[in-house]
Amino acid sequence: MAHAHESNTGRIWKVFGILSLITIVEVGFGIVKPASLHLTSFLGTSPLNWIFIILTLAKAYGITWAFMHMEGEKKWFRRSVVWTAVFLISYLVTLLLIEGDYLYSTLAPLVKW
Amino acid sequence: MGATIAAKTDKKATWSGGGEKPFGASYGKMMMWFFIVSDALTFSGFLAAYGLTRFKFIDSWPIADEVFTHFPFLHGVHAPMYYVALMTFILIFSSVTMVLAVDAGHQMKKKKVAWYMLFTIIGGIIFLGSQAWEWKNFIKGSYGAVQTKDGKILQFVKDDGHGAMHQIALTDFVVGEKGDRVAHTRKNGLWFESGETLSTYSLNQVVNSYSHDASVQIRIEKIDPATKQKIILSREEGSAYLLKAKQVVEGADLQVNEYGNPIFADFFFFITGFHGFHVFTGVLINIIIFFNVIIGTYERRGHYEMVEKVGLYWHFVDLVWVFVFTFFYLV
Repeated sequence: MAHAHESNTGRIWKVFGILSLITIVEVGFGIVKPASLHLTSFLGTSPLNWIFIILTLAKAYGITWAFMHMEGEKKWFRRSVVWTAVFLISYLVTLLLIEGDYLYSTLAPLVKW
Repeated sequence: MGATIAAKTDKKATWSGGGEKPFGASYGKMMMWFFIVSDALTFSGFLAAYGLTRFKFIDSWPIADEVFTHFPFLHGVHAPMYYVALMTFILIFSSVTMVLAVDAGHQMKKKKVAWYMLFTIIGGIIFLGSQAWEWKNFIKGSYGAVQTKDGKILQFVKDDGHGAMHQIALTDFVVGEKGDRVAHTRKNGLWFESGETLSTYSLNQVVNSYSHDASVQIRIEKIDPATKQKIILSREEGSAYLLKAKQVVEGADLQVNEYGNPIFADFFFFITGFHGFHVFTGVLINIIIFFNVIIGTYERRGHYEMVEKVGLYWHFVDLVWVFVFTFFYLV
């Protein structure tokens, strides 16, 4: 390992700061729920939900790259893990959410409120 | 550098998966990564199934803010999200101490590795305790509700005096004593048979109290798309709904759920339970490695790669929680 003896403590605390900040922003948005973001729709869901999803992916990137030290691995090892997971998960989620929406459009009219 | 072999050799050798090192990664580390990929797919399967079900019931899904409202030592205070946010911090922080342990391992500082591993283990145990507390609140319930014959949940709300409607507990408006019925458990009445759990108040008491207290209104599961809030019925509509009432529901289990659709509770128990199980095994593995560090196994081996490998697993558990947090509590 090339990085064997150097210490990365400074960077670790920096990443921790960023991850904490993102979490605080998320919780803040979750409690306030600004109407302009919460009650409008953008690409199938509210802009607020998109903000949550993007911030979550940013956190996932921070954890994987800095804490799990993915940035230090060889390029194609990194890709064998990340590309595989990202491709399969996006595929699965897309199909299941489309299917869920279809179930809603078929079954919801049958429910009497 | 991974598993020790049982075969006797004169040297204290460890098997390293052969001389070739594809991608410059050791055998153990690479296998840990590939395990994480497969485990990530398992969790994605669960979360995607949750997503499908949520889309299926998109117009009546429980609103997380109204479900998870507790904070330790703050009784009766409406505190949505704060507690899970705290849990998220605990887990991220234990991830930091883990990565600090790995970092100290690179510099062969045995004492530092041991201390950071210990902090990580404590963080994991606190997280597990928090999750148990969260489960307890969810199972016990906070308000109580009525379930209709077609499985819908009716909750009770009241004007708080400032024009806002707030959910109230059954104990806040139901008059009358708890009935003198005794729950049939396995050790009284007919042995090894048990009856259903008795609710604090009977259905009749709840329905009567509703019709006598004009300030109480009923909230149904259906969401008003304009406000994204649950619809509150007028007094008359509420009485009509109560005619179909079947039972009083307090708390949540796998069959009924006072917060709404039972499948919400099923997914909550299953996904947070499966994640909690990962945290639990993570803590166990961390403890084993912690003792190995203390007795100097890695000092003798010449490197602390084992700490790095359990670290990967521990960070993965944190990674999963980040997604569970978003999809259960925020979105």
